[in-house]
Amino acid sequence: MVDLTETFDVLVAGGGNAALCAAITACRAGARVVVAEHAPKPMRGGNSRHTRNVRSLHHGPTGVLTDSYLEEEYWDDLRRVTAGKTNEPLARMCIRASEEAPKFLESCGVVFQPSLSGTLSLSRTNAFFLGGGKALVNALYRTAEALGITILYDTEVQHVVVKDGFATEAVVSHRGFPATIKFKAFIASAGGFQANREWLRKYWGDAADNFQIRGTPYAQGRLLKDLLSQGVQEVGDPTQFHAVANDARAPMEDGGLAMRLDCVPFSIVVNRDVERFYDEGEDVWPKRYAIWGRLIAQQPDQMAFAINDSQAQLNYLPPVFAPYKADSIAELAGIIGLDAAKLEKVVADYNAAVQPGTFVAQSLDDCRTEGLTPPKSHWARKIDQPPYYCHPLRPGITFTFLSVKVNEQARVLMADGKPSGNMFASGEIMSGNILGQGYLAGFGMAIGTVFGRIAGAEAAKLVRN
Amino acid sequence: MAQESQAITDARQYMEVCNACRYCESYCAVFPAMTMRRAFTEGDLTHLANLCHGCKGCYHACQYAPPHAFGINLPATFAEIRQESYAQHAWPAGFGQLFARNGTLVSLVATLGVALALILSVALQDPAVLWSAQRGAGAFFRVVPHWLMISLGVLTFGFALFAMTMGARSYWNATGSPSGAFSAGPATEAVTDIVTLRNLGGGGHGCNDLDDSFSMRRRWLHQALFGGFMLCFAATCTGTIYHYFFGWTSPHSFFSLPVQFGFWGGVLMMIGAAGLAQVKVITDPGPVAKKLAGGEFAILGLLFLIAATGLLLLAVRHTGAMGIMLAIHLGLVFAFFLLMPYSKMVHGVYRGLALLRNAQEKRRMQPIAAGG
Repeated sequence: MVDLTETFDVLVAGGGNAALCAAITACRAGARVVVAEHAPKPMRGGNSRHTRNVRSLHHGPTGVLTDSYLEEEYWDDLRRVTAGKTNEPLARMCIRASEEAPKFLESCGVVFQPSLSGTLSLSRTNAFFLGGGKALVNALYRTAEALGITILYDTEVQHVVVKDGFATEAVVSHRGFPATIKFKAFIASAGGFQANREWLRKYWGDAADNFQIRGTPYAQGRLLKDLLSQGVQEVGDPTQFHAVANDARAPMEDGGLAMRLDCVPFSIVVNRDVERFYDEGEDVWPKRYAIWGRLIAQQPDQMAFAINDSQAQLNYLPPVFAPYKADSIAELAGIIGLDAAKLEKVVADYNAAVQPGTFVAQSLDDCRTEGLTPPKSHWARKIDQPPYYCHPLRPGITFTFLSVKVNEQARVLMADGKPSGNMFASGEIMSGNILGQGYLAGFGMAIGTVFGRIAGAEAAKLVRN
Repeated sequence: MAQESQAITDARQYMEVCNACRYCESYCAVFPAMTMRRAFTEGDLTHLANLCHGCKGCYHACQYAPPHAFGINLPATFAEIRQESYAQHAWPAGFGQLFARNGTLVSLVATLGVALALILSVALQDPAVLWSAQRGAGAFFRVVPHWLMISLGVLTFGFALFAMTMGARSYWNATGSPSGAFSAGPATEAVTDIVTLRNLGGGGHGCNDLDDSFSMRRRWLHQALFGGFMLCFAATCTGTIYHYFFGWTSPHSFFSLPVQFGFWGGVLMMIGAAGLAQVKVITDPGPVAKKLAGGEFAILGLLFLIAATGLLLLAVRHTGAMGIMLAIHLGLVFAFFLLMPYSKMVHGVYRGLALLRNAQEKRRMQPIAAGG
């Protein structure tokens, strides 16, 4: 039985990679640690459960990473995707520390796989967890339990009592019952608010009802909101999120990675009004998949339809749900509820604009359109070989950018710029400090591991003194 | 064509998710084999199910495992499909029904085997041999006549081999296209996979034998059972050679080859069978196909009893208990031979063929690559 009357050295709110890296580090440094995970045990781990790898700086080949990936290139990649919306000193510190991330995770029982076929070719920059994120989460919990860390499932931190930047206790819901947990230091690792439709609705209105939440439904942002309402400084655009093109038929929550579709470059994409709205062939998919979530979110009813024909079928990964299929464009339009005449015209106009070229699925080829708005710059082939196919699309939200501001010690900063006396943060709840926009595969896990370790070490240091 | 089973329908749906996810690609041979396909026929799914060694790594690592709505549970579903394929390819046709209540069948046949052996030895020989000490050359044959022992052994084992060969042919034709001429490379790879149980290695770190922690427990226990079984087979072979080529009749001395093979084989079999049964009892029940448990426990129990009675026979062979122990041991052995084609024992045949097909496919097929 857990005794919640004791005063713990450290309370970690959250149960994903960032939370457990913090908890394990603090415990190894001698602190008495309790972890409050909102989810029940089978669903533990936050969005980490859906991840697959960690982006890690390395000076030469390691067991799980090829070649080398150095600070300047890593920083350059980050600057490009964030378009400068980052904090350079904090980002560079994180990038340098990411070198230690795989070794630390291995010390917690996480097993990395030798890189194989992969979906995106990332074996140089990213270390892959054997079995993916849930296997990582299992290993971290197993290590935490062995260290004697108290783990509370079904326990949501709902409110932290903060006075003059100093937190004293947390009001929690523990297996449905109210309780308080007292502590000397607090680490916030409870993620963003992407699963909180009410909150999203504030910025997006009714459209929020049509967003699919790719990851954990437990990312309700309750702690984030609570901290921000108590004078903690915020960073990151509250209206923005990372989103990809998901299958419209995916579950509204927790559908995970397998719901994403990578058919867009080999299709034309129209909205509900049967209009194309963006260049489907602008760049290779790994560099474009992240903008398509936003693009679809901005369409009427947050819907889009990727249309292609039989020759495109083998160019992309097999989708989980079979595409709609018909022998004519008009028939296909009927199945998906679009105006048949309009869709025939869009396809005909597109086909007329396709220029001759040599199709190469894996790289920027010379198959493009001429005189079409918007253009399709690559992989443009006529859609004229029945049967015709349609993958219905919806935005799938991965995480939100709004965060609590932290410094290099992972210490939460108050609105007046002063660091909190005993509050730290790691993971998605603070990732907006570094990632103000866009995303780099495996960078969330790098931030979580790096800041989790810093937060754990700093919290333990604080309670020891 | 007969209607598809629920397990096949479930497995196809799972594979469609797995083939889009692919996080498990480093666990075992099933996932790379999956990526070479885009659609999954019943034959494909049967092949993948038999390729699965039930290591459970994919279940514990699955972001879509129960209680997720997708409820993906490959180890349990594949186990059911394996059992369905054992039944479907059993020879003669119709005998597949014997897999339905397999635990009962195995226990019943084993019991009848023992009873029959006891009755026969009393009926055919002087009943006194069952309790009087028999010593010296040919002691065993005074309990069970040599001609009877040999003909029962040859008949039951020969039948089992024939029935399993017919099953193997049927299975091979049903799970894929004929794959051309035999070549040494894939065959060598398949044999290596069988001998090393590579696929119970979880990619090098072991399997989720009991829960989400990794161990090599099932791999080593299976090696003990399999190795012990082969040693016992070697004991029978050397005993036969001794008898027919050298004219040395049993019982042989403890340090003779047949007894040494049999002794260590029996010890290993007991460790393996008892250990595997224990794993089945204490393992996380999530990824387990519960309706197969009866047949699995029964065959492990039978193997354990065969080994135990063999060792007991060795211990009491110079006493008056030898007669009864020999009859019991032989009854169990002949029952086991008869049961081989209609029990979990056939998994060896189909797993071997699945490994062979996989080794062939790896040489001629490519994973379906990502789009970019």
